[in-house]
Formats: sequence, structure tokens, C-alpha cells
Amino acid sequence: MLSIKNLQAKVEDKQILKGINLQVNAGEVHAIMGPNGSGKSSLASVLTGRENFEVTGGEVLFDGKDLLEFSPENRAREGLFLAFQYPIEIPGVSNINFLRTALNEIRAYHNEPPLEAKEFLRLTREKQKLVEFDAKLTNRSLNEGFSGGEKKRNEIFQLAMLNPKLSILDETDSGLDIDALRIVSNGVNKLRSEKNAFIVITHYQRLLEYIVPDFVHVLYDGRIVKSGAKELALELEEKGYDWIKEPVTTASV
Amino acid sequence: MITTTSLYDQFINLYREREITQDNDWLKDLRETAFEAFSGKGFPSTRLEDWRFTNVSPFLKEDFHLQPGAASLHGLHNPAHIPLLDAYEVVLKNGMLNEDVAIRGVKISPLRTALKNENLQSYFGRYINTEKYPFAALNTALFENGIVIEADKNIICDKPIHITHVYNAEEAVFIQPRILIIAHKSSKIQIVESVVVIGNKPLFINNVTECCVAENAQVDHYNLQIAPSNTHLVNFNQVVQQNNSLFNNYTYSLPDAAFVRNNLHLDLNGTNTESHLYGLYLAGGNQLTDNHTVVNHMFPNCLSNELYKGVLLDNARAVFSGRIYVHQDAQKTNAFQQNNNILLSNKAVVDSKPQLEIFADDVKCSHGSTVGSLNKEALFYLQSRGIGETAARNLLVKAFSFDVTNKIQIPAVREYIEKLITRKMAEAYDQ
Repeated sequence: MLSIKNLQAKVEDKQILKGINLQVNAGEVHAIMGPNGSGKSSLASVLTGRENFEVTGGEVLFDGKDLLEFSPENRAREGLFLAFQYPIEIPGVSNINFLRTALNEIRAYHNEPPLEAKEFLRLTREKQKLVEFDAKLTNRSLNEGFSGGEKKRNEIFQLAMLNPKLSILDETDSGLDIDALRIVSNGVNKLRSEKNAFIVITHYQRLLEYIVPDFVHVLYDGRIVKSGAKELALELEEKGYDWIKEPVTTASV
Repeated sequence: MITTTSLYDQFINLYREREITQDNDWLKDLRETAFEAFSGKGFPSTRLEDWRFTNVSPFLKEDFHLQPGAASLHGLHNPAHIPLLDAYEVVLKNGMLNEDVAIRGVKISPLRTALKNENLQSYFGRYINTEKYPFAALNTALFENGIVIEADKNIICDKPIHITHVYNAEEAVFIQPRILIIAHKSSKIQIVESVVVIGNKPLFINNVTECCVAENAQVDHYNLQIAPSNTHLVNFNQVVQQNNSLFNNYTYSLPDAAFVRNNLHLDLNGTNTESHLYGLYLAGGNQLTDNHTVVNHMFPNCLSNELYKGVLLDNARAVFSGRIYVHQDAQKTNAFQQNNNILLSNKAVVDSKPQLEIFADDVKCSHGSTVGSLNKEALFYLQSRGIGETAARNLLVKAFSFDVTNKIQIPAVREYIEKLITRKMAEAYDQ
């Protein structure tokens, strides 16, 4: 589904991705771990097309298409979704209006007619229930006045509504209490299928007890320095990141 | 060689040669004082602080017809119709109302007739400093037509009064309408003004509106400045509030008038008054939109709250100048002022000048001004959900104006304004 080859990118003059290789197939969950500043969120930004990131090398194929050629909106329409680390509040844009616009623009891209109001409402209720997100959405602005946990749940709710092929969860667990974490994870687990895939970016092994990954990758200094099965996460939890850092730093000296 | 007389000279001659039989003595005096002021100073130049950012002279070069009658208006259609607005409809043709309109407790009469009533002397022209404001002086000296809206004591008007100003610009005209609104003690009225222009020759409107809000009365005044590009509007709006009164002003300047200059002056002439001033300007093309507001806190315990928001496209220019003046006696004043602007083009310009002058020592006041572009993070968030750039920008502009549009108390007016914003934004980026 997603094939990243030797991806390099910089922000301003700083090289932040130094050759990432990653293959994600349908039905898989990949966890990306790593210390602060290792490039985890940057990878998410580059994949989704954030403006100030400049790709300096490598390629990314998404279902065989050159992902990097697409605008951010077309990446989303092709089936890529990013659950933001810091979901933004947009006062004045209603949650419902936003979702309807997004859903219908994606449908239009695939030559599908807009959803009937009734059908949209039914879908909204169904997905809200699925991800246990009971916040009142009508007459409320996008994320405005939402608690940290509600914002993250709203991201998962949007994910459920838009039904993407590949979802990237960027530190969705950070700042969540254990109940919220469980709810968010349950939502994701219910949405997992043979047809879609997830990249879960996280600091903490804790999340991976709830969303069990097929693969764990450790990102450090702009490269994936270690990959393994879910047990790798436990090892990281136990030993910290230092044992990962050493060989790289010495090697680069 | 033919030399055309300047507009200034034409007005001087017009004043000297006019018939004055209709006026009361007090009105004659009022006109005379105003005329002296105008003839002494002429039209304002950019050397005046009040006009520093706005050069009005290019708009005064036309060969205007100065006293258009209402007779030439025929085949009136009404594009300013506001869908689903349930209101008392009043139509002014070139500033003229043909006959009285009576609504239970509210009287709307042609200014000419109403001014025969000596009682109006204590309201009409009382609070405008014609020495200082040349356009208001010119209007006072030479106004011909207009209306008086008077709400009786204790009357709560059940529906808004929608005044449609129809102007005939089949030839170049300079027109000076005048409106007087009096809300007597404990009354409440809502007034919605909109503009319709027929013809595409240059139209210059020099309007003066005076609004007297008596004790415990409430006036909601909506000024919907949506007019075609041949329109040039100078609008002086003087408000006086007495004890415990409430005044809400909504000034929305949307495309495409070439030039709009609003002066909104509030004299808070009593204690415990409340005033809200909401402004929105969305300008594109080569439009120039200028808003000057003055809020005069003279008595204790008054609240004024001002929020003006602007969105500028293309080569549009905007000016905001807001002044809050808190006199020494006006203790416990709460006065807030905010002006936010978004520039959506590299060529758009805004000059924003928030000012606070405080002479009392126990007050809560704030003022602020911002000029920026759309929040890139928000734009990216929307795009990352599959919303195209144009649609995302429209959503954000709507969201930006939301603070001002959601204050509109009449749902039909709110929808009308929101639709106009969407339409303008769609036009702007479809080109």
C-alpha cells in the first residue's frame, strides 16, 4: 500500500529525514518509536504534504501512485489520513459543516454524489457510537472548547467518518489519561481491517498494549535504525533509547 | 475653452441660490452655521488627520447632478430583497419618502413634513460638530430629503423596519439624504438599511443619520452597504444615548461600492448605557473602505464594545480608526475595541489606528489591532481532510467573520450576509 524508499527531507536548511525506508501493506499496523527530535512527526508531515517540508530525495508510492506529487487535499482524497498531534481549534467552523464538506469533497473526487443529509446524519451517529465520542457536534466550532482528550477522540471520529486506506496517528496517546487512551484505542481497533493500514507514532510503549502492532520501527536521527516485532517496544520501554543511539552516533563519527 | 466649475463652487452657488421658504428659523440657522463651516474648509484633504489615509478628491471630479428628484425612478425592482426577512418595508427613492408610513407606535415620515414640528429641534442636528466634519456640514447645509423614524414611549416594535434606499444613477448624481431616528423612553426598534442602485453612472451619496436613544430604549441598527461599483458613500452616523439605553450597530460593507467612508460617533450621554459596534468589511477589486468610529464616555458605569473585522482581496484598501474617549467623570467605564484584518493578497493594504484616551482613573479599557493572513496551520488541517484549498480558504474566511456575523440578531439578515461572503469569496478565487 505504502512504499517509502530512501526518503530525505529538510526544513529550512536542516536535514531531518536522512533516508527512510518503509513498506506498509494492507491489514498491517506499524509502530514508529523514537526519542524527541528523531523525525517521527516530520515523517508524518512529509507524507501528508505540510508546506514547509522540502523533499530532497527518495520516493513514496501510495497504491502505486507517486504520493509526493499530490496536493495535501488530494493525498487525503486518495485515502491518506493524519490524526494530528495537536488538533487545531478553528472557531467559527462548525464540526458538522466541516465533516460534511470534507466527506463530500472526497466523494466528489471519486465521482460519487454528495451524501443525503439523512444518510450523513445516520453515518455521524453510527461512527460517534463506534468510537465512543459523545460530544455534541452541532452548533459547536471545530475542536473549540474541547478538552485534550476530546480533541484526540475527535481525530479518531473523523478517521472513522472518512474511512481512509492508510491512517497515521501522530502521538495520539500523548496527554491522554488511561480511560481516554482505552477509548481511542478501542476505536482504532474496531476500524482495523484487512483493507486498511495504520502507522502509529508514539513515544510510549503503553499505547501499543492497546493497539498491538505487527511491526515496530525505531527512528533516530532521521533514519530507521531498528525494526522488529511488537516485542521490540517492550525492550525499548525497559532499556530506553540510549542503546539505540550509541551505535549510530559512533558509526557516524 | 470651457472650464468646468469645481464641485465646491457648485455647492456654494447652490446654497446661495436656493429657495429657503420652507425652513423654520432654527433650521435656517443650523444650515447657515453648517454652510459657513463647509465654505470655510471645503472638502477634506489628506492633510487632515481624519482623512490621512483616504483621498476623497478623485471621487469628486465628476460632473454631478446635484439635486436629483425622485420622479425619474420607474420600473423599480429590488435586488436588495433579503430572503425570508419579515419586516416592515420602507422604500426611499433618491432619499425621498412619498407619504407617511404608520406602524403601531412607530411613525415614519418624510423629513420635510416632520421638520415643521418644532419638537424636532431638540434632536435634529444637535450633536454633530459641523465645524469638524465637512461632509456632515455640507449635508446639513443642503439636505433636501430624508425621513424621520420615531418610536413612541414604551413601544416594542414587533418586526424590523427595512429601509431600502433606491438611487437613480442613470446620470452622475450627488445626493444628500438625511435620516433621524428617535427611540423614545423604553421603546425598542430594529432598523435594517440596504441600498439599491439603478444605472451605472457615478453616484455619490453623502448621508447623515442621527439616532437618539432615550432613557431605557433600545435601537438595533443594521447598515448593509452592498452596492454596485459606481457607488461612493460617505456616511455620518451620530448616536446619542441616554441613561440605561442600549444601542447595537452592525455595519457590513461588502462588495462592490468603489468607496465607503463611515463615521460612527457615539455620545454616551447618560449612565449605565450599553453599546455594541460590530463591523465587517470584505473588499476586493480596487475598493476603498474606511471606518472611523468615536465612542465618547461621559458618564459613569457605561459599557461599550467594538469589534471590526476586515477581509481584503485584490487591490482593496481599508482604513480603520477607532477612538474611545473616557472623560474624567466616566468612572467604572468598560470600553473595549478590537480591529482584526486578514489580507488575502499581496497588494491589499490596511491602515488601522486604534486609540484610547482615558481621563478617569477607575476604568477597564482595551484596544487592539491585528493584520495578518489566514492561519496556515488551520488551512493545512482542513486540506488534510480532503477539503480543497479554495473551499478551505472560504471556510476560514467565514470563520474569521463569524465573531461579527453571529452577533446579527435577525436570522434572515445573518444568512443573507453569510451567503454574500461565500459568493464573493467564490468569485474571487474562481477567476
